[in-house]
Amino acid sequence: MKNPLTLPGLGILKGMAVTARNLVGSYYGTKRLHTISYPEERLALPENSRNFPFLVYDGEDADGGLRCTACRICEKECPPQVITIVPERDENGKLTKHPTVFDIDLNACMSCQICVEVCPFESIKMDSAFEYSSFEHVESLVLHKSDLAKPNSYYHDIKPTEATAVDANLEAERQRKAEAAAKKEAALQAKKAAAAAKSAAADAEKTPPTPDTDASD
Amino acid sequence: MNPPVSDWPTRSADLSDDGILEISMGPQHPSTHGVFRMNVKLDGETVVWLKPVFGYLHRNHEKLAEKMSYLGSMPYTDRLDYFSSLSNNWAYALSVEKLTGIEVPERAEYLRVLLAELTRLQNHSAFLGFLLGDMGAWGSALMYAFRERDLILDLFESLTGSRMMCNYMRFGGCRCDLPEGWLGQARKVVDGFPAFLDEMEQLLVGNEILVARTQGVGVLAGADAINAGLTGPMLRASGVDYDIRKVDHYGIYDRFDFRVPLGEHGDTYDRFMIRLLEMRESLKILDAVLRDLPEGPILDPKSKSRGLRPPVGEAYTRVEAPKGELGFYLISDKSPEPYRYRVRPPSLINLTLLEDMCLGSKIADVMVILGSIDIVLGEVDR
Repeated sequence: MKNPLTLPGLGILKGMAVTARNLVGSYYGTKRLHTISYPEERLALPENSRNFPFLVYDGEDADGGLRCTACRICEKECPPQVITIVPERDENGKLTKHPTVFDIDLNACMSCQICVEVCPFESIKMDSAFEYSSFEHVESLVLHKSDLAKPNSYYHDIKPTEATAVDANLEAERQRKAEAAAKKEAALQAKKAAAAAKSAAADAEKTPPTPDTDASD
Repeated sequence: MNPPVSDWPTRSADLSDDGILEISMGPQHPSTHGVFRMNVKLDGETVVWLKPVFGYLHRNHEKLAEKMSYLGSMPYTDRLDYFSSLSNNWAYALSVEKLTGIEVPERAEYLRVLLAELTRLQNHSAFLGFLLGDMGAWGSALMYAFRERDLILDLFESLTGSRMMCNYMRFGGCRCDLPEGWLGQARKVVDGFPAFLDEMEQLLVGNEILVARTQGVGVLAGADAINAGLTGPMLRASGVDYDIRKVDHYGIYDRFDFRVPLGEHGDTYDRFMIRLLEMRESLKILDAVLRDLPEGPILDPKSKSRGLRPPVGEAYTRVEAPKGELGFYLISDKSPEPYRYRVRPPSLINLTLLEDMCLGSKIADVMVILGSIDIVLGEVDR
């Protein structure tokens, strides 16, 4: 910078040229000015955009169709501990795999999506809605089960790629389960048939009536 | 034991008998980069004593992490240096990977370098703007820098879902693969960046006011910087060749060809120029990454997020974050939570020599020197 050939003030003039270029350029195109006038204009959110979680339900029933099984993994893993789940029990006190209460306190939620990652049932997903500002904390920023439940079609609207992949996963899982169940059923049937055949054979041989555990099963 | 409250130097102005004026600058001062306070004693306009006061943004980060699963701390690391959350993610993931021995797939290694270097670009461009803001040029430079930074944040948003709190890296890789068209967008941003740097250089380098305000201001000798444990651009501006990307070769940095710019005088001007030059070097790395990015998985199939119990042991790993050496030290006792979790924040340690740099300067230079350290209070106070 101690160059004796530098004219005093030349650096400032060069800087002014940049400023002028930006000033003029900001009126043409978006390269030098890519802000928009929110809320009149809005940018499309990227698909991965995340803000707060919501619960996905299948079908029409917003409560009965919830994928959530109240396993409370997200409640346990949530770093700021904002999820409250009370599992539903039937009259015998048995868990019905359905939440009675599912609250998320948006005041402290930090949008980290760890609940989404740990959920084994693809039931909690990140929403991209962001206009939640309000004057009171508890009434409008603690979301309950009814506020959180959104249909699968909504999930497809905001995150088409991800939702399609999730649907495929769930379908594969369902098929795998169905196959496993069918196999089990078939095995059971075969066993029954074998037992029946055995007892029939035993009858046919007219053996003395000894207690046959297989046949009586 | 604290001294009695009456002795605390909290009064906004106190003129003692010998004509020394004591001023409390901050924590609401617009140039302190957050809630940072300095108690300064002035003889006329010259600084004769300076004491940093911090802790206003303390969030108990380390103790929180010791009560939380290993994965649970990952989003909290975003909030350390909130300008460069991806570098923080990487440092923490490296540490847990060292503890557990999880391998990282090739593609994830490349993605990590890609994102860390983009983080460096956006951090340094914001730094340039803020430094100029501290000098009173509040406006043009900052807005141009933020405009460019925004393009990179858009990339982060479309990949990780969030602009600043990315929470993207995982133990053994990264969370999700690149969305459709992301690489093309990134290529466009990287290709357009040199034009921005040229413009910034034309705007700032050689500007007589900037030169007058920064050259010879806040001079720091290399030996002092080493003794205080300074790292990052602060250390390199004082002429010490120490870049953890070159020293440790963590990740896959040994595969890239880049130079480490060094300063000569250790003054504020060098610290400013170092960042400009580092961005050029980062662009070289980004070019290579975008060219070589392999296909493949992005997460080690053996890695698990839930119920991670690393074997008993300890691990310290560090990365060259945009601000300096960011290290995570973990001790595991085979429980789901770390027994000890310690962060070595570059901002805090770079701040330790603030008084040495400021003594004898004018009060207006204090803000410029502070700005040239590039601190983020989220990391200083944790």
